[in-house]
Amino acid sequence: MSDNKPIIRMDAEPPEGFEGEGFFATKLSSVIGMARKYSLWPLPFATSCCGIEFMAVLNPTYDASRFGMERNSFSPRQADMLMVCGTISKKLGPVLKQVYTQMAEPKWVIAVGACASSGGIFDTYSVLQGIDKIIPVDVYVPGCPPRPEQIIEGVMQVQALCEGESIRRRDMPEYKNLLESYGIN
Amino acid sequence: MTNEFVLEAITREFPDSVISHSEPYDFLTLEIKKEDVKKIIHYLRDSSLEIKFLTDICGIHYPENPEKELGVIYHLHNMMTNFRIRLKAFMPKENAEVDSMTDLYAGANWMERETFEFYGIKFKGHPDLRVILNMEDIGYHPMLKEYRLEDGTRTDKDDKMFGR
Repeated sequence: MSDNKPIIRMDAEPPEGFEGEGFFATKLSSVIGMARKYSLWPLPFATSCCGIEFMAVLNPTYDASRFGMERNSFSPRQADMLMVCGTISKKLGPVLKQVYTQMAEPKWVIAVGACASSGGIFDTYSVLQGIDKIIPVDVYVPGCPPRPEQIIEGVMQVQALCEGESIRRRDMPEYKNLLESYGIN
Repeated sequence: MTNEFVLEAITREFPDSVISHSEPYDFLTLEIKKEDVKKIIHYLRDSSLEIKFLTDICGIHYPENPEKELGVIYHLHNMMTNFRIRLKAFMPKENAEVDSMTDLYAGANWMERETFEFYGIKFKGHPDLRVILNMEDIGYHPMLKEYRLEDGTRTDKDDKMFGR
């Protein structure tokens, strides 16, 4: 593993700024980053057993609502975080890519489980060998299937990303080049 | 209905069509000349045997037997007496073709498309014989045994770890 693991905070400290009697001043980008972090709307793309674990994440035992994932968006237009939970066959690949393309910026992708990350045990002619063959992925969650706690950690990694990233990530040349390399505009 | 009764009915009606028969697990299994399969299935459906339900059509590949390399297997069922029968037809791999059952059973349509997709067996008279399960551009018949099961595009497995 790399050593640049983002620091994940659960207690929602305020961003750095100047505080005084009756006022608090900070950078706009920090406020927007914090707002994005706690209002990630997931778009579940659940195709198999990882999808069941993802459903467990949403139920009260694991309670994804704690992380601002209150509303599951079943329309890509209003979603921030694409959660690909399960095996993606080659025939499903173009559908997944279209769903990703329809999402508005800023958007993040989590590959939940071995199949979405690498094809998993399905080393065969019909299965896409990892969704990163067709769309860029921000966070990979290992496991077959991963436990709900692992999926939550993946979400927290995305939260750390949205907090730390430039709020105009879509304008960065690296990001444009990345999308270009996948043929997405 | 017993296996003996049905076997006798078929052999009396089509004495030259049945190549061999067996009863694995009491399941009557006939090997049929591929030209006569449609005739026999039509007879089973419309005669008093009333074996009217087409359970499945699938393919099989025996690369070690060039004369009978590819096969099509039909499972049929009489729902009233709960009698089942299995018919097999074999052919060489070159220009493998059998008659389509689509005008006898509409349900044969997708089963024959699947068999074509995986084994490359053509079905004469099929209205729309094209790939059904995989990407349209797959370009080969993946269940034929000359192709390896593994996906050649996979990069995270190598010989050292996985013996590929």
